[in-house]
Amino acid sequence: MAGTAVRRRLTWQVAKVTAVTAETASVRTITLDVPDWPGHQAGQHVDIRLTAEDGYVAERSYSIASAPGEPVAITVERLEDGEVSPYLTDELRTGDDLELRGPIGGYFVWEPADGGPLLLLAGGSGVVPLRSILRHRERTGSTVPIRLLYSSRTLDDVIYRRELDQPAAGVEVIHTLTRHQPSGWTGYARRVDAALLAEVAWPADALPLTYACGPTSFVEAVSQVLVQSGYPPQRVKTERFGATGGT
Amino acid sequence: MDALDGNAIGGLLQEVFGTDMTSAASVCGTCGAASLVAELAVYTNAPGTVVRCRSCDSVLMVFVKIHDRTCVDLMGLAVLGG
Repeated sequence: MAGTAVRRRLTWQVAKVTAVTAETASVRTITLDVPDWPGHQAGQHVDIRLTAEDGYVAERSYSIASAPGEPVAITVERLEDGEVSPYLTDELRTGDDLELRGPIGGYFVWEPADGGPLLLLAGGSGVVPLRSILRHRERTGSTVPIRLLYSSRTLDDVIYRRELDQPAAGVEVIHTLTRHQPSGWTGYARRVDAALLAEVAWPADALPLTYACGPTSFVEAVSQVLVQSGYPPQRVKTERFGATGGT
Repeated sequence: MDALDGNAIGGLLQEVFGTDMTSAASVCGTCGAASLVAELAVYTNAPGTVVRCRSCDSVLMVFVKIHDRTCVDLMGLAVLGG
């Protein structure tokens, strides 16, 4: 950790919402103006804090969707029984204030110097920090080969769909739709398992660097398969969102 | 509920320790399993936040917020950091 640990006091601050963009029916990207933002790494997150009028406080973590150097943006999926996400996706407007602290995390991060090839595995909104990695690669001119395997319930649930439909040179985006597929769908239509990873993942002897993010069950399933197939555990980085995605 | 992992408490740990701890090493005081903090099992729905070993399920760390104070119990750990 020596090279990456940064001693900086983590304080709550007030950011201003500069844009709210609909990604899917239940997912919004919120772009923020954060005064004195120290800059972030691809893969990091922020903590968001909401305070009710009666003083009740709720905190949640959200991955940063934008690349280092871009304005801070988070992408939030509305959870029906959520305390925080319905406010962020349905109520928050441009010009509103939002309390946050960050950037946070030195483990689930990628810099071009870390190399590759990269295997990015996303379950649902687990694609958010991986999108930051993809944009960071493009903005830095890195040529590290990337395969993104992205599992969604339906095509309408795919976040960043237009962006992912036009991947940069050296980037492959492979979708699997687990619940419903449109007619004529030629992509995968099943959960990510050992057989699917055997078709899609880099061979273990290419020494790939893997980032897996999504619901806990998804992350544990894919990371187990990869390690069993010879991926070195220390090159399989994982981030779990819990049962529903978006902790 | 499904366990989260140490990434989810990166902010809490940075608040307590003053530096990023997700990439720090840990060793379980019960079974000796070594793991990065980011990879430990984290339960945030318990009273407070409970961090457990993925090998033997022992409690490694507990964080409880009382008013503005965070009480920290690291008794389950043999090693943290480095």
